[in-house]
Amino acid sequence: MGQYLLRRLLIAIPSLLGISVVLFCVLAMAPGDPFEELATNPNVPPEVRLQLRAKFGLDDPIFLRYFRWLTAMMQGDWGFSFVSRVDVDKLILQRLPHTLFVVGTAQLLAILIALPVGTYAAMRPYSVFDQIANTFAFVGFSLPTFFTGLLLILLFSITLDWLPFVYRSDVAASGWRWWVENLRQAIMPITVLALAQAASMTRYVRSAVLDVIRLDYVTTARAKGLGQRAVMMKHVVRNALIPVVTLVALQMPAIFGGAIVTEQIFRIPGIGSLLITSILANDTPVVMSVTFVFACLVVFFNLIADLLYGWLDPRIKFQ
Amino acid sequence: MAGSTPASSSSEVVELVGSSTETTKPAFISPRQEAWRRFRKHRMAVVSLCILSVIIFMVLFGPWIWRVPINEIDFSARLAKPSLAHPFGTDDLGQDLLARMLYGGRISLAVGLAAMSVAMFFGVIIGAVAGMSRGWVGGALMWMTDLFLSLPQLPLLLMIIYLFRDKLKAVFGLEAGIFIMVVVVIGGLRWMPVARLVRAQFLSLREKEFVEAARALGASRRRQVLRHILPNALGPVIVAATIDVAAAIIAESTLSFLGLGFPPDIPTWGRLLFDAKEYLDFAPHYALFPGAAIFLTVLSINFIGDGLRDALDPRRVQ
Repeated sequence: MGQYLLRRLLIAIPSLLGISVVLFCVLAMAPGDPFEELATNPNVPPEVRLQLRAKFGLDDPIFLRYFRWLTAMMQGDWGFSFVSRVDVDKLILQRLPHTLFVVGTAQLLAILIALPVGTYAAMRPYSVFDQIANTFAFVGFSLPTFFTGLLLILLFSITLDWLPFVYRSDVAASGWRWWVENLRQAIMPITVLALAQAASMTRYVRSAVLDVIRLDYVTTARAKGLGQRAVMMKHVVRNALIPVVTLVALQMPAIFGGAIVTEQIFRIPGIGSLLITSILANDTPVVMSVTFVFACLVVFFNLIADLLYGWLDPRIKFQ
Repeated sequence: MAGSTPASSSSEVVELVGSSTETTKPAFISPRQEAWRRFRKHRMAVVSLCILSVIIFMVLFGPWIWRVPINEIDFSARLAKPSLAHPFGTDDLGQDLLARMLYGGRISLAVGLAAMSVAMFFGVIIGAVAGMSRGWVGGALMWMTDLFLSLPQLPLLLMIIYLFRDKLKAVFGLEAGIFIMVVVVIGGLRWMPVARLVRAQFLSLREKEFVEAARALGASRRRQVLRHILPNALGPVIVAATIDVAAAIIAESTLSFLGLGFPPDIPTWGRLLFDAKEYLDFAPHYALFPGAAIFLTVLSINFIGDGLRDALDPRRVQ
């Protein structure tokens, strides 16, 4: 297992580097110059401006600038937020737990919905249950997350007045009340994300189980007298999960996209809402770093998906 | 039961009908008619096609029928509930919501179609080159595709728009600049699944006997691709293109909803929702109508895609 993990880690490094190249190129191609103000300021003579440019390496060839930027990023020197006047890495570390909590719980909830529903639907294809599940899945992934969020707020916060619609990081309560309040305010954002995820995941699970369930070894397992439960759990679902893991890993960027929208609607102080506020406030170092953190998260979760592969399909480890 | 799952509940019926007509007279059914016949079997897809046609018709011709200007401000009718004068109600400045939605719908649908075309263009070319090459080019292109697939799309989209917004506005003007940017950026980040699909199709098709026959007859590489491989690979691409329109509409609405897409005087459906979310408690209709429009459009496009998948699947028994 250790060797497999190491190999996977080594594969993740080039893709992280590739992502950093893409991000840097976007930044380098962007119009605008950090010294634009100096150029229009008549008090700064042109030769001083040129000296400054040379000092900060703006006239160096692009690959030199890229390596300088990369080493700074790797040393944790992510810059300084123009707006909040704190180091960017501190700002992000403060907010990351909220994002991870909401995304992670939503993902778990989606799996808990999609696995049983998808499997059951595939066991009885074209039954009433399957058709209802299919229709719900279509509705689920056609509903954009921002609209589901607004609908939930309209229903549960405004009409019924059951749940708060603003997420607060400083809940004014202690002990078990604190947990209850935190749970109450997290219900709606988690549901919004989980529903969107569960909808597409149900379809993946259904088609994967349908593919596996007709294979000969499943018939063999039934023929040797195994119960329905053992056949489904040990023979069908485990194998059906392999393609599902791939598809879910491919969905990772979309999941974090959904997280940005949800954080914005419910005002969760996560890195998604940080991204939006910094864009609106022209806070370039934060925008850049948050985008890079999102890229790292995607790569990290893909790594987890690879580990799941190794567990689901032991053959992969020995290749 | 579970061991012999039919490909579709209706496939046996289809088979019977097909064979009976074949015995009476030689069938002259073009592939297009055949696909249409199969498409009609998917009830939800047919219903969706009707709904989408109505939406497109309304968006295209509605502004000539419903002649209320989109920017007529009327403070006496702020956030008015739906009535005869304003069937969908009014917004926070008293502007007619129906007129704004009809106008904004044009932009939303146009962005969806244009971004899909951009994604298809790059996806088909990259996939075709990767599928035909037998050297390192294919591998490199697929590595790039996988890299783009693992990019966080929405953050990147937001970052690009943030960085290039002002420049494009200056060059192409406000509306055109934002339209071009949104289309190129959404399309430019959605070509990867198409490229993979096209490559997979090409890899299997290029080894088929009919391509070999064409090669033996001396067909150039270009002719092999354009006349023999590409038309046969088109089925799944059309399905992907349909679903991509829905995804692009959602992407545009998301950008506008975050306040980073179109400016307020271009009321795309996402932009209307962005403006409406502040008034959710007094005027729920303001958010519900544009939201429902996005939802209905996307849902019907997705169902049509599903129907096309059934209709264009070459593995289906006739």
